[in-house]
Amino acid sequence: MHQQGEKMIDAVSQKSWSPYVVGSLIGILSWFSFATADKPLGITTAFEHAAALTWAAAIPDMAEQHPYFAAKRAEGKPPIIGWEAMLVVGVFFGALLSARLSGDQNRLWVPPMWERRFGPSKWKRLSAAFLSAALMMFGARLAQGCTSGHGISGSLQLAVSSWLFISIAFGVAILTALAMYRGQGVQDV
Amino acid sequence: MFESPDRLLLGLATGVVFGFLLQKGRVAKFEVIVEQLRLRDWTVVRIMGTAVVVGSIGVYALVAIDEASLHIRPVLLGGVLGGAVCFGVGMAVFGYCPGTSIAGSGEGRRDALVGLAGMFTGALGFVGAFPSLQPLIKGMGDWGRITFPEVTGTSPWLWIVGLAMAGIAAFAVDRRAAHQRSPRPKRLSTEPHS
Repeated sequence: MHQQGEKMIDAVSQKSWSPYVVGSLIGILSWFSFATADKPLGITTAFEHAAALTWAAAIPDMAEQHPYFAAKRAEGKPPIIGWEAMLVVGVFFGALLSARLSGDQNRLWVPPMWERRFGPSKWKRLSAAFLSAALMMFGARLAQGCTSGHGISGSLQLAVSSWLFISIAFGVAILTALAMYRGQGVQDV
Repeated sequence: MFESPDRLLLGLATGVVFGFLLQKGRVAKFEVIVEQLRLRDWTVVRIMGTAVVVGSIGVYALVAIDEASLHIRPVLLGGVLGGAVCFGVGMAVFGYCPGTSIAGSGEGRRDALVGLAGMFTGALGFVGAFPSLQPLIKGMGDWGRITFPEVTGTSPWLWIVGLAMAGIAAFAVDRRAAHQRSPRPKRLSTEPHS
């Protein structure tokens, strides 16, 4: 028992685990979420719901009149702060915990790889991050899923929409990244 | 507006484990995501591939014993295609996907944290523009909530075994490549650049 305890402590203080171990555990976590919450692991629905509730709070008439709310009521999925929102909060704290336990915190404004290609400007990186993240979320909601919701949860359910989405999304992302960092060498991670 | 406290707690606990795993898997890092997209670091594919294979076995087993139900997103062709293009460009520039940007923020990365505000803004835009987006989302066709086993009239286990075999083959190739790389002496420092 004592030795097992030490092994556990050793494992959580490591900066990285094998991707196959991590992938297997995420797969098992998806069994857990289907079995206990009747939900697939996904991130972006919570953002959509939080945004909808923000609209409704800012413009009270909107919840009555805007077609979004009518459509979601008809689907039986009105915006709510629920399991999915707390999943997002949990991901933040889980990563924080893992990074703390292994001393792998990176309080970076500009990733070194970005800096080598686009310069050290903090504002350039942050405005690019803000805009690209907004576009990414917009796309995820158009398609009703992201790397988690479609890429992992949808693919493992053998959903046609998910395999279609993740193939095209990664294809476009690969072309974009190859073009952006063309001529750059292999980066030390 | 709120789900029950036990649902909230369950979500939080599931999320903590998910975030912990993403950070340990190194996918909360800008460089790991971008180098995957440049096809130079295969961490993301290894994690996702393993999660899909392992996940599919358990989830379909749970469905078979009636302990879970599938949650399939519809193939609204315009929404899926248009969404995938926006998502792909956004992810490449951002250097994180939605889940890994939250994990990246937990790791302390400030650009990921700013991205969370961007993602919220993107969601505000989506909800606000929802009515005018409907022709794009639904205009190209709606194939419904379909899976490959349904479409082909085959057993899901055929697909799951196929995926698992492809995964095991990829794992074997990966291991062999790693094995062939490692015994080679490091000569980088002594060799002149040509």
